Amino acid sequence: MTLGEAVDVALTVNGSRREAQVEARRTLADFLREDLGLTGTHLGCEHGVCGACTVILDGEPVRSCLMFAVQARDATVTTIEGLAVEGVMNNLQEAMRESHGFQCGFCTPGFLMQITAMLADNPNPTEAEIRDTLSGNICRCTGYESILNGVLRAIGADVPGSHQSVP
Amino acid sequence: MLPTSLEEALSALAEYGSEAKVLAGGQSLIPLMSLRLAQPGVLVDLNGLGALSGIEANGSGVRIGAMTRHRAAERSEVLAERVPLMAEAMPLIGHAAIRSRGTIGGSLSHADPAAELPAVALATEATLIARSLRGGERTIPASEFFEGYFTTVLAEDEILCAVEVPAAPPSTGFCVTEVARRHGDFALVGVTAAVTIDQGLVTRARIALINVAERPVRAEQAEAALVGAKPEAAAWAEAAAVASSEIDPSGDLHATPAYRRKVARVCVKRALETAARRVGGGR
Repeated sequence: MTLGEAVDVALTVNGSRREAQVEARRTLADFLREDLGLTGTHLGCEHGVCGACTVILDGEPVRSCLMFAVQARDATVTTIEGLAVEGVMNNLQEAMRESHGFQCGFCTPGFLMQITAMLADNPNPTEAEIRDTLSGNICRCTGYESILNGVLRAIGADVPGSHQSVP
Repeated sequence: MLPTSLEEALSALAEYGSEAKVLAGGQSLIPLMSLRLAQPGVLVDLNGLGALSGIEANGSGVRIGAMTRHRAAERSEVLAERVPLMAEAMPLIGHAAIRSRGTIGGSLSHADPAAELPAVALATEATLIARSLRGGERTIPASEFFEGYFTTVLAEDEILCAVEVPAAPPSTGFCVTEVARRHGDFALVGVTAAVTIDQGLVTRARIALINVAERPVRAEQAEAALVGAKPEAAAWAEAAAVASSEIDPSGDLHATPAYRRKVARVCVKRALETAARRVGGGR
């Protein structure tokens, strides 16, 4: 197989079985966006630094720009499009909205997938653990505090200096 | 190439030679390809080789398959129990999503002087096990494995299959500490240290430094200076001074050589103090 050769890929994305022929060199991120039309997964740096393209692969958060689509054969992938249930935002999405946990929204899908994976592994993280986990994702708008508050709100923890108190 | 056996992978390497690159977790190789710094004609993907994954007890230490993910090592009880120095380094590697894919063998053979695992391999005196079709298996002490920037003694047709990490002697404390611009980023300077204390004296010290040379280095003069010393503040300060004078760091955008030397001194002192405190079960 050469890097340009088309290969068959079948995997489960957001609960649906998807099959496609992709070039061996296609990244998972490009496959999700270009071939499956799931453009909620954002590509920022394309070399693993920014975290915008984070998706959940077989339960673990991964950078979709740092693996090839063929490597996700037979895997189960969840993207940002898989969070809402029948068009209704889930608890984390709602909490993030309440906390103004985004501004331009470019980094948001990556943050939400990273946080979703963290909470599946550890449903009651400490603030320090949340900060540590969020350190892998870059946001250039919020200054992170509102994102942190969104996670705290989602897990039902106290939200320091809540935005609600600002007139 | 998506080989399903080690032999198949080794045959592919033997066939394609310098045109081929081994793909492990891809968390360094794929960025290099994205940036066009690497343009391999053939990728030999080891992700289908389940036999190269896993951590098992080996003597009093552990044997870690090269394709073991960082995340698996981070969660491994046998690693935490037997090689706490390595376990402590795991959360410092990249970020959570990087550790989901990144592998132990990939980090070691990528040989980034700013990475944690190569220094851990030096400080723990690990042994690396490589295979090729041509030469079969060979074992390489960590002290001989790293050559320079992103360069190891692995031949083009060789694959790193496992690393064996011995347990430290009894009454040994450990510490990994580093200074990075952002948690999870590559360290400006880092230190992995192990200190053994017997009958009130330091009997053995291992100090390996991250990102102060073109490969991970042991501070051997500082280690020697500690043997026979009383485990107290003056000894750690003296060893830190020796360590910072025996290294020859280069500068970059983020830190001058003098600053690196200074941070190394602080990190070595901190690592030794902490390691010594942990000998008695302290934190």
